Amino acid sequence: MEVDRLLGSGKLGKPFWGGNTCAEFKVQLLWLPFSSSKSKKTLSKTGVKNIVLVDGVRTPFLQSGTTYADLMPHDLARTALQGLLNRTGIPKDAVDYIIYGTVIQEVKTSNVAREAALGAGFSDRIPAHTVTMACISSNQAMTTAVGMIAAGQCDAVVAGGVEFMSDVPIRHSRKMRKTMLSLNKAKTLGARLALLGSIRPAHLAPELPAVAEFSTEETMGHSADRLAAAFGVSRREQDEYALRSHSLAKRAQDEGLLSDVVGFKVPGKDIVSKDNGIRPSSMEQMAKLKPAFVKPHGTVTAANSSYLTDGASAVLIMSEEKALALGYKPKAYLRDFVYVSQDPKDQLLLGPSYATPKVLERSGLKLADIDVFEFHEAFAGQILSNLKAMDSDWFAKTYMGRTSKVGSPPLDKFNLWGGSLSLGHPFGATGCRLVTTVAHRLKKEGGQYGLVAACAAGGQGHAMVIEAYPQ
Amino acid sequence: MVTRAVAALSRFTIRARCILFAGPSSRHISVASSIMARSHVNCEIKGDVAVIRISDPNSKVNTLSLQMQKEMTEVMDEVWGNSAIKCVVMISSKPGCFIAGADINMIQACKSTEEVTRLSQEGQKIFEKIEKSPKPIVAAINGSCLGGGLEFAIACQYRVATKSKTTVLGTPEVMLGLLPGAGGTQRLPKMIGLPNAFDMMLTGRNIRADKAKKMGLVHQLVDTLGPGLKSPEERTIEYLEEVAIDCARGIVNKKLALTKEMNMMQKIQDHVMSYSFVQNRIYSTVEKKVLKQTKGLYPAPMKIIECVKAGMEQGPDAGYLAESQNFGKLAMTPESKALVGLYHGQVACKKNRFGVPEKEVKTLAILGAGLIGAGIAQVTVEKSINTILKDITEEALNQGQHQVYKGLNDKTKKKSITSFERDSILSNLTGQLDYSGFEKADMVIEAVFEDLAIKHKVLKEVEAVIPPNCVFASNTAALAIKDIAAASKRPEKVVGMHYFSPVDKMQLLEIITTDKTSKDTTASAVALGLKQGKVVIVVGDGPGFYTTRCLAPMLAEAVRVLQEGVDPKKLDSLTTGFGFPVGAATLADKLGIDVAAHMAENLGKAFGSRFGGGNLELLKTMVAKGFKGRKSGKGFYVYQSGLKDINPELKEIVESYNMMPTPAVSSDSDVQYRLISRFVNEAVLCLQEGILTNPVEGDIGAVFGLGFPPFLGGPFRFVDNFGADKLVEKMKTFEEVFGNQFTPCQLLLDHAKDPSRKFHRLIH
Repeated sequence: MEVDRLLGSGKLGKPFWGGNTCAEFKVQLLWLPFSSSKSKKTLSKTGVKNIVLVDGVRTPFLQSGTTYADLMPHDLARTALQGLLNRTGIPKDAVDYIIYGTVIQEVKTSNVAREAALGAGFSDRIPAHTVTMACISSNQAMTTAVGMIAAGQCDAVVAGGVEFMSDVPIRHSRKMRKTMLSLNKAKTLGARLALLGSIRPAHLAPELPAVAEFSTEETMGHSADRLAAAFGVSRREQDEYALRSHSLAKRAQDEGLLSDVVGFKVPGKDIVSKDNGIRPSSMEQMAKLKPAFVKPHGTVTAANSSYLTDGASAVLIMSEEKALALGYKPKAYLRDFVYVSQDPKDQLLLGPSYATPKVLERSGLKLADIDVFEFHEAFAGQILSNLKAMDSDWFAKTYMGRTSKVGSPPLDKFNLWGGSLSLGHPFGATGCRLVTTVAHRLKKEGGQYGLVAACAAGGQGHAMVIEAYPQ
Repeated sequence: MVTRAVAALSRFTIRARCILFAGPSSRHISVASSIMARSHVNCEIKGDVAVIRISDPNSKVNTLSLQMQKEMTEVMDEVWGNSAIKCVVMISSKPGCFIAGADINMIQACKSTEEVTRLSQEGQKIFEKIEKSPKPIVAAINGSCLGGGLEFAIACQYRVATKSKTTVLGTPEVMLGLLPGAGGTQRLPKMIGLPNAFDMMLTGRNIRADKAKKMGLVHQLVDTLGPGLKSPEERTIEYLEEVAIDCARGIVNKKLALTKEMNMMQKIQDHVMSYSFVQNRIYSTVEKKVLKQTKGLYPAPMKIIECVKAGMEQGPDAGYLAESQNFGKLAMTPESKALVGLYHGQVACKKNRFGVPEKEVKTLAILGAGLIGAGIAQVTVEKSINTILKDITEEALNQGQHQVYKGLNDKTKKKSITSFERDSILSNLTGQLDYSGFEKADMVIEAVFEDLAIKHKVLKEVEAVIPPNCVFASNTAALAIKDIAAASKRPEKVVGMHYFSPVDKMQLLEIITTDKTSKDTTASAVALGLKQGKVVIVVGDGPGFYTTRCLAPMLAEAVRVLQEGVDPKKLDSLTTGFGFPVGAATLADKLGIDVAAHMAENLGKAFGSRFGGGNLELLKTMVAKGFKGRKSGKGFYVYQSGLKDINPELKEIVESYNMMPTPAVSSDSDVQYRLISRFVNEAVLCLQEGILTNPVEGDIGAVFGLGFPPFLGGPFRFVDNFGADKLVEKMKTFEEVFGNQFTPCQLLLDHAKDPSRKFHRLIH
């Protein structure tokens, strides 16, 4: 497959990343018949509250072990929250609730939402809780917020996500922990000494966290490689897709499209204002890498996988009335959403394939109604497998119990500002980035409907339909 | 390692998956199909690679039948003659099977040692050509790669295997009294070293793919794939082929080395092994262990060692010659024929001759969480069937549930299942003290105390709560099912299911039907048993059914032998010397002296003096003193911290029941035949009376349930081979001394009179 075609230039004539100006691009997109041919004029339903995204921000996403290395997770979350306060100007007590998503928890701040909110200067009267659902944790935070508003319990909720991979909890071995806990209870010196004496070298081996499924003991990269093989996705296709992601991200960054990023003055270090993992390489360079998981014949490499990332994101979600009452011009409506789950072994990363048709059905839309797609890119092989699955009648019938395929999203609408492969993927924070990007792209490209989809560990998945707020 | 090797051999466990040979139909059909164009082997040329796909159109598995060999030779000649082809991939297009072995009927059809030797030599020649192929051949293995299939694979230059659970490599020939006869005894030791090679060939055990990689039996592993644009099975085979093609090209381009990289330890090990005195040491150790475990009753293991030795010491020519000649000799031994017969019998007992039951068992309730009850629960939950385990006390229930957990957790420790799979399997188990949920049960198996009154009580309680279509099965070793069913409102739904302890290890299930049991009830019980992985025999109702009834007279004789002053150790060595895996005294301890006494008393009442011999009071006295066997720590032996020794207090009891031995019938051999002839006579009587439907089930039941010497093939094959006339003659000698316990039954007399009458169809 040619890079050009992957970049989605089919409809536009030539690769828009290779010379076309943004203006041309926009003109061409606007030429496409939008609202006139939509299955539905709006997704607004009578008797259902309109819930809006007021705005969304994120810290720059950095490769773990770089500038953020000495921070703690709540520092990142705090920065995102402060950025949201600055960006929206919302009073610090006007929010009813704060929800954060995270995956690898720092044990000292297990309810990181609360610590970050206090640190960011929000009123201490605002309750906060933390949710976890692997890579769709902040999606879960947002949909929890939507639920609270829809149920009339809240009017304004901040949702966000944070992940900090520069420091993860590395534990003592179970044996050592048991000894240490017994030590607390030992009353006499003799008992303590006896316990200390029972420590053997084997006790000292630490337990490292792994990006592996608990149920299957398989690492995600290994599963992605098997998935790519199952769908016959070649190494070259994966490298091409990864190159596309990096090229598009670079372009978006250069053109200042990533406006959700807020600068971060890291204590004792420079101000960080850009994502640092965007590195468009060349096919030749990428081809040199050895497979990272399935050796020696695998196809998933470091270059076509998302990398360990530090970062946080935050969004302000309100009922439409409240937003308007506070004088905001919302960016988008958050409409229907679904969660799906399937076999965590062989279909670990197929969440988007299951969630997309389901959410479209819920909202009464067709794939062709969607103007903007933002899918979480865990691995190039995972994205391409999902695209193939969505384009297969056999898969739809055999595994999803559907009568026909939903179709594959056209690449000229797909992840046009880069994705997790290039921008980075702080597990808990990616969901908010996807939703904010859809809102920004809808505005920029003049579209009406956007679709977010993501896969998550545990064989789960999520999709949400977003509608542009009328200009 | 070799200890375990031979221990496994003497236990004789033919694994379910070890299908060495195809069914009888394949030979017939393969001959017929020889007139057609290639039906078994197909060759696709992909650029410079020839992909050879194997698939026997007439069978679920591929076997190295004559047709397969013929087509393979043709195809290989074409490949070697085609200069455009640089390398070859050998793959099966059958999911779950590479090549399951040679065609047994091909061997069985041979009439002489020489003929079998020739077969072996032809195989050796084909594989030698494969091994010396100038174009590298990659074997792409998915599913069973056994016997001749493994020998084929190891003749290839490179092996890639899938990590599928169905992918197993092994040389199960020894379990059929044979040896790997197509170069296996020569190539394996060189490839994986003497200790590993002996382990594989002497145990016949299946090696999983990951282990095979570690041993150096395969070079590369390929993951199994999940759903994609094709079914997982289909796509996995395609993927395997793609990887194998890459490997084949890699070998041609010299990017892939054929010699494995060895670490320091392996180099040192190889170096040490190269000394002949080290090798000799290994041979003598292995030989000693084999002799100890097989008591010299199984010729195949010694022949395997002989072949390996010949090849290592005198070079390949001598090695291959020894292999083919010994293969020929072994194929003609009665041991091999008996073991092959058992294999066929086992295959037959893995089928449900009663058809598909109307309703599949989806929920099973078990009453009684004792050893057996919990064992049944374990083998049931493993097959994802909802299982209710009910007992009357929390303590018993707790113990039962723990037993199930432990059984599964041991598998986790052995890494055959993950801890997650263990938990998920356990989620099928519900432990409870009441009858809630029984309204959804499709079958109830009671495993409560062996007392008719208690059985009646639970039957009535259960029938009050279960749905009308629910089957009631009784797990009993001796009580007649019709007596139990007498309390039932619906006797057509009552059946006996006699499991053997430990249930998760013992393969046999004896199903007992009364004349009222409906066919569907039987079908349902058989279907469940097969699902639980059991070898199932179905027998008629009567005291002791089949297995217990055969065992009882032998145990009665064993007691008499003890009374005659033979100590338990000697008794054990006489029985194991005859080929039983467990000695009679140890067996009684395992069974429980109280159970044995109970059984002897019940059957004694039913059958009278024929079941006499030993004094029942001896057992009763032991029970009264608390010597209940293994479970109480004392029986014929004392069990302490893993050790067993003769119970010192036993002597006194035995002396009080002392009997004078009659010298004419008390030699070691006489004692052995006294024990065995009572067993065999009772088995034949069961067939005569219609308790058994056929001799095959009789042989399978005796071997898999009671440990009847496998190399004898079961009581019926024993009579065929030993000669009914000779057995009758021996029994008549014993009869003169001991009376009617040794009176041969009519059917046995009939066979003695007419030597052409055999229980099994003769195999040349």
